[in-house]
Amino acid sequence: MKTLPWLCAVLMAGVSATAISVPKQASAEDSLTVVSWGGAYQESQRKAFFEPYAKTGVKVTEGEYNGEIAKIRAMVQSNSVTWDVIDIDTQTALAACAEGDLETIDWKKLGLDRSKFIGGDLQDCAVPNIVYATVIAYDTTKLNPGPTTIGDLFDTKKFPGKRALQKNPFVNLEWALIADGVPTADVYKVLGTPEGVDRAFKKLETIKKDVVWWEAGAQPPQLLADGQVVITSAWNGRIFNAMKADKKPFKIVWDAQAFDWDWWAIPKGGPHVEGAYKFISWSSQPAPMAEQTKYISYGPANKDAIPNISPDVLKDLPTAPDNMKTVLIVDPQFWADNGDQLRERFNAWLAK
Amino acid sequence: MTAVTENIGLDIVTDRDALKRRLRAVERARRLRALVLVLPLFLFIIVSFVIPIGSLLRQAVYDPTIRQYMPQTVAALGAWDGKDLPDEAAFAAVAGDLGAANKAKTIALIGKRLNYEISGIRSKILASGRKAEKLTAGPYKEAMIGIDKIWGERETWSVLKRAGAAYTSFYVLDALDLGLDADGHFAATPAERAIYVTLFLRTLKISLTVTVVTLLLGFPLAYLLAMLPTRTSNLLMIMVLLPFWTSLLVRTTAWFVLLQDNGIINDAIQFLHLSDQPLPLIFSRFGTVVAMTHIQLPFTLLPIYSVMKTISPSYVRAGRSLGAGPFYAFWRIYFPLTVPGIAAGCLLTFILSLGYYITPALVGGPTDQMVSGIIAQAMNSENNWGKASALGGILLIATLILYFVYNRLVGIDKIRLG
Repeated sequence: MKTLPWLCAVLMAGVSATAISVPKQASAEDSLTVVSWGGAYQESQRKAFFEPYAKTGVKVTEGEYNGEIAKIRAMVQSNSVTWDVIDIDTQTALAACAEGDLETIDWKKLGLDRSKFIGGDLQDCAVPNIVYATVIAYDTTKLNPGPTTIGDLFDTKKFPGKRALQKNPFVNLEWALIADGVPTADVYKVLGTPEGVDRAFKKLETIKKDVVWWEAGAQPPQLLADGQVVITSAWNGRIFNAMKADKKPFKIVWDAQAFDWDWWAIPKGGPHVEGAYKFISWSSQPAPMAEQTKYISYGPANKDAIPNISPDVLKDLPTAPDNMKTVLIVDPQFWADNGDQLRERFNAWLAK
Repeated sequence: MTAVTENIGLDIVTDRDALKRRLRAVERARRLRALVLVLPLFLFIIVSFVIPIGSLLRQAVYDPTIRQYMPQTVAALGAWDGKDLPDEAAFAAVAGDLGAANKAKTIALIGKRLNYEISGIRSKILASGRKAEKLTAGPYKEAMIGIDKIWGERETWSVLKRAGAAYTSFYVLDALDLGLDADGHFAATPAERAIYVTLFLRTLKISLTVTVVTLLLGFPLAYLLAMLPTRTSNLLMIMVLLPFWTSLLVRTTAWFVLLQDNGIINDAIQFLHLSDQPLPLIFSRFGTVVAMTHIQLPFTLLPIYSVMKTISPSYVRAGRSLGAGPFYAFWRIYFPLTVPGIAAGCLLTFILSLGYYITPALVGGPTDQMVSGIIAQAMNSENNWGKASALGGILLIATLILYFVYNRLVGIDKIRLG
């Protein structure tokens, strides 16, 4: 019975091992494989964490993935863990932790004060790393005046043209309800009922023919830059990066943005668990966390990092008080329970 | 005299027998040598192809989660007739199993499996596990229903019983937009969630369209290549092969750049005043078929070309000299000779097209996504390998059926790659 998942797992692990194209290092604690999401985000981690940390004598080998839980599962089940530290999203971390694929974090061993971390007590197997927001953004040269509320995303009369949304029910259904008049605080209560789900889909239906669906985080700034869409949903750091690094005339609308986390986690049974703890502990210190905000506008999860950030940068972070007024805090528990069915329904809805 | 003849006859017979034996020995040795030579390949195919694919496909019908992590419950429900709620023993078994699973951290796997069939039950199972671990004495029926009212519902138990069997029809039925109700009767998936049948039909339709378009474009080109002098045809062939050697992703991205609203093609159309608005070239069926056709064209073209190369020009010349017109000679003599190549090229393109997912995801719209995209999603992000295997298995079986029909129509022995 055991052989079959095991065999598949070996194959999957083989594929993922070649995907990062890094052979397992024989030397014990002087090397570490850290896997993250690529793009501008990993670039910021490289500058703030990986390169400075390498100066302490540990060689950091980087890998990229797209948050595929299957890859982690395959490695753990086949006892061939080659990833020492992973950057993981909330829902995947919860699922992987509950299903026994991640090390339970010992905060004492990390030497960190858990209460200093935003959302630090939300997960057993992960350390909050940054907070980010799924926002809507637009091109100021195309729309002037631009949208100011999430309702405007759904208002094709006031703002005609295509909009890009993530190809996932996640966040879109919440926004549809808010735009339809549901108070932000009640979104998950309403979405938990069949009528609420119908209502959300009905609202999405009103803009369906105007939507382009994106899948990778790098797509939305590109779609906006190409003029393929006039408004897009995106992770705030990606838009910020396009504005800062590529001087794009974009603007972020801070209304009903979906507030969420990224986490550090350690796949269970890896060869460098001690080294992974040291790395996570080091990169969660206020100084490197503040350093990261220079390269991407995600909020450091360590509250102690905030005084180290210049006010100029601070105002663009999802944690800035001005940006937090109408924030929507994503409920990972809701999505763990209802995600499968809502995704199925969403896919069916898209296909029609 | 007769004795001599008999002796000679005997000699001949023994000689013949000896010869036969020797011949057989030699042939056996040769067969053995051949077998030893193919053995590595044979083993390689078994180990790297047949076993993994077979075991993955098995996951479509085999899911031991509940059996493994709730053994007492499965045993207790064995005798349950499914009419009313089960007896006290089953409730005690569930309480025991959930408590143990909570301790062993396997409860999330149970919750995840049941959540496929009953939306939102995952967190209720997790909470039940936490509370059930503290239960020490009965009656368990009231206690469990008190913990959560899902335990007072017949559906929960019938799903539990069905999921507890070693082999399950759930994933395959789900992949066909079907399910079983609490009484074990077939029930169609609610229309708002039914998607897979549409998806399979669409996958076949897109693949067929791409096959036909590549044939319409590829056949004349192959004819031209086969007719031109070698120097010119080699040059043209390189132009066919160059994109063939380029990565699929690169070519798809190139189409993305070309087809977008502010891309070269739309700009040109608007510059020529053929249309006032950008045409929906991208995120549409049109874009998907164009990009897939570009990628698949060499697969259809090359077999046709290599078959055409083997057709002697004297056949058509003979036909012409006997009075056939140019079209008649082509259609009655040349074309039938190319059919084996057409059959091979079309089969290759059709089957490869069934597996596309990156191209439709990048240049297609939401109504152009194909089955493989959903399989990848089930595998990678939902970690639902049962669903992925069921969808993959159905696609495989559908392909085999089509192959069988194709064989009947064209005859697989007639297919030639050159």
